[in-house]
Amino acid sequence: MRRDLLTGNAAAAWGARLAEVDYIPAYPITPQTEIIEDLAQWIGRGELEARLVTLDSEHSMLTAAGAAAATGARVFTATSSQGLVYGFEMLYTVAGWRVPLVLVNVSRALAAPITLEPDHNDVLAARDSGFLQIHAETCQEVLDSVLMAYRLTEHPDVLLPVLVNLDGFYLSFTREPVSLPAAAAVREFLPAYQPVHAKLSAGHAMAQGVAVLGGSAYAFFKYQMQRAAEAALAVHAGIAAEFADRFGRSYGVVEGYQLDDAEWVIVMANSFSTVGKAEVSRLRAGGEKVGLLRLRLVRPFPVATIVAALSGRRAVAVIDQNISIGKGGILFAEVASVLRGGSAPPLRSFIGGLGGRRFRSEEFDLMLAALRQAEHSGGSSEPHLLFSETEYLQLREMLRIAHGQK
Amino acid sequence: MQTRREIYKSIKEIPREEFLAGGTGLCAGCGGLLALRLFHKALGAKTVVVNAAGCMTLVAVFPFTPFHSSWLYTAMASAPAGAQGIRDALDVLIAKGKLPADEDLKVVVVTGDGAATGIGLQATLAAIYRGLDFYYFCYDNEAFANTGFQMSPASPLGSRTATTPIGTTTRKENLFELWRAQRPPFVATVSPAYPLDLMDKVARAGRWRGPKLFISLSSCPPGWGIEPADSVEVAKLAVDTGVWPLKEAHDDEVVHTVIPHRLHPVEEYLKRQARYRHLFEPVRKADILRQLQADVDGYWQRLGAAAPVARVAQDDWSV
Repeated sequence: MRRDLLTGNAAAAWGARLAEVDYIPAYPITPQTEIIEDLAQWIGRGELEARLVTLDSEHSMLTAAGAAAATGARVFTATSSQGLVYGFEMLYTVAGWRVPLVLVNVSRALAAPITLEPDHNDVLAARDSGFLQIHAETCQEVLDSVLMAYRLTEHPDVLLPVLVNLDGFYLSFTREPVSLPAAAAVREFLPAYQPVHAKLSAGHAMAQGVAVLGGSAYAFFKYQMQRAAEAALAVHAGIAAEFADRFGRSYGVVEGYQLDDAEWVIVMANSFSTVGKAEVSRLRAGGEKVGLLRLRLVRPFPVATIVAALSGRRAVAVIDQNISIGKGGILFAEVASVLRGGSAPPLRSFIGGLGGRRFRSEEFDLMLAALRQAEHSGGSSEPHLLFSETEYLQLREMLRIAHGQK
Repeated sequence: MQTRREIYKSIKEIPREEFLAGGTGLCAGCGGLLALRLFHKALGAKTVVVNAAGCMTLVAVFPFTPFHSSWLYTAMASAPAGAQGIRDALDVLIAKGKLPADEDLKVVVVTGDGAATGIGLQATLAAIYRGLDFYYFCYDNEAFANTGFQMSPASPLGSRTATTPIGTTTRKENLFELWRAQRPPFVATVSPAYPLDLMDKVARAGRWRGPKLFISLSSCPPGWGIEPADSVEVAKLAVDTGVWPLKEAHDDEVVHTVIPHRLHPVEEYLKRQARYRHLFEPVRKADILRQLQADVDGYWQRLGAAAPVARVAQDDWSV
């Protein structure tokens, strides 16, 4: 084992390298390009025995990825933002093929307006597709999650593709110390892929992805996928325990921070949780019993774990870095949907961090004040949109300058 | 009739072995299915078909498949990318010793003309550019036939479709030349009415690695408005009138593989199909009929003195 300073992108590439993938179909998009470039260099230098092919679009890339997996290869690919939604049709198709695949998404906000910075509307748009989703907070977690994702996706009880998400710029280009497990140790944890499903080869004729008519067969296959996703929770627990034994790093379906005695809980996901944790520490120093719950597995949604973690708290805030226009925060709706009954806490919804906008300490003070109020006035599903007077005035000033006004 | 064949010279040489069982849910008399069946005979069983959305998507309906080979339905836009993934995976797995070499497969894209000329063209051109070693079989019934016969870029000038009720005003997209511009090793047109020509081309195309195109003009009884029993005859008329030249190209040279000694008038082909009825009644559309004949004549005349000339009755030219 050695420690390197790696970006999130490089950590993702190392995950694929250590998984000894066979095939990497690719299409460039910022900010994920470094992942594929790293892999291309390793293949060029003979350090990774895999074939990398550049396709004409993410739609084609995901088709090639799924088809190669259906043929029995271990496949890796990566995309971001517009690329993920361009390939959207194939997310459903590849998941329906029930083939193992690890897709890294480097979250970036969706046009329009176009931007390069992150939020999570791209990855959360894919939450109903059948891809399982792991959302990483750190570069180390990116690498470890890619390795765990292969174990998860190739497990015969699962056979659903897995998407590993990391934030563009904030994680993709941030260097952090990352422990690189030795190749031999990884090989023990993740042996070479042996397809357990039917695969495309001359000896085993099969029809894959064929039409189903009449509804009952379609429902049967979709229910199979739902059952597989449910089974993935137990499979993940086993993989995580084995990973912790071998490599000393432990990952749950959620992560609690200062949660045990917390009266007020903030729910977050991805790299901005690091900011959230710092704010929790600050509020704790001021005597406030605040904790943070980070969602790591978004699909399958770890319902029982979340209910157990949030029940009985005085109030809970969910921070969404996404916006379902006309409704509000997506994760808020997800969390709210599983909490009901006597011990369910009042909930408040906050939307911020869109397009990479940083959270501010005042906003966490505001959230805590809102939670105190919520405890007595009950929950509200109205989203609170985090946008300050200062920001509004700055925007007006930019417009004034652009218009040439004095 | 002048013909060019090397491998399948007699109808007796067509293998009796079937790789595509009967009893599919497709329309009676489907020219595309007949062409695909012949195509598959020439390829053999060690084949994987990658399908784009279209009529042939309904050949295999869960839990039944008529194919003795493998089949993967991808999506309308990206069947060639699916072929890429399979080809690459087979190559990598064989190279790494994870798959025995005799488990290798011929990779075939099966697509309609709508996907081939429209939504799937980007993925197709990219696969040719990469030199992907695959067969590309386009059953060209000149419309989006599976969805009720709407206009596609392959719908010919003047033909009626569900979205062009008084006939199209555009010429058929030239898929053969679109491919040829990228110089793949083999491109060909075929017809279910000329089985030996079709199978001979498929067999000979196997000599080359790389992208290999086969466009089969595929008579479509419900869409074209013909009787299922007449399907092959109408497909044959398309060749005999010069509307659908049977040809192939490798390197730069285009070779016509079936050259009728004398072309029949295009009207003989048009009059057999309800999709052209509006050109004849209630009033005769002489301008468009003349244009359609002139297009065919012009094509063959450009080939030079050896080309056949249409025998056209003089009264057909009157306005």
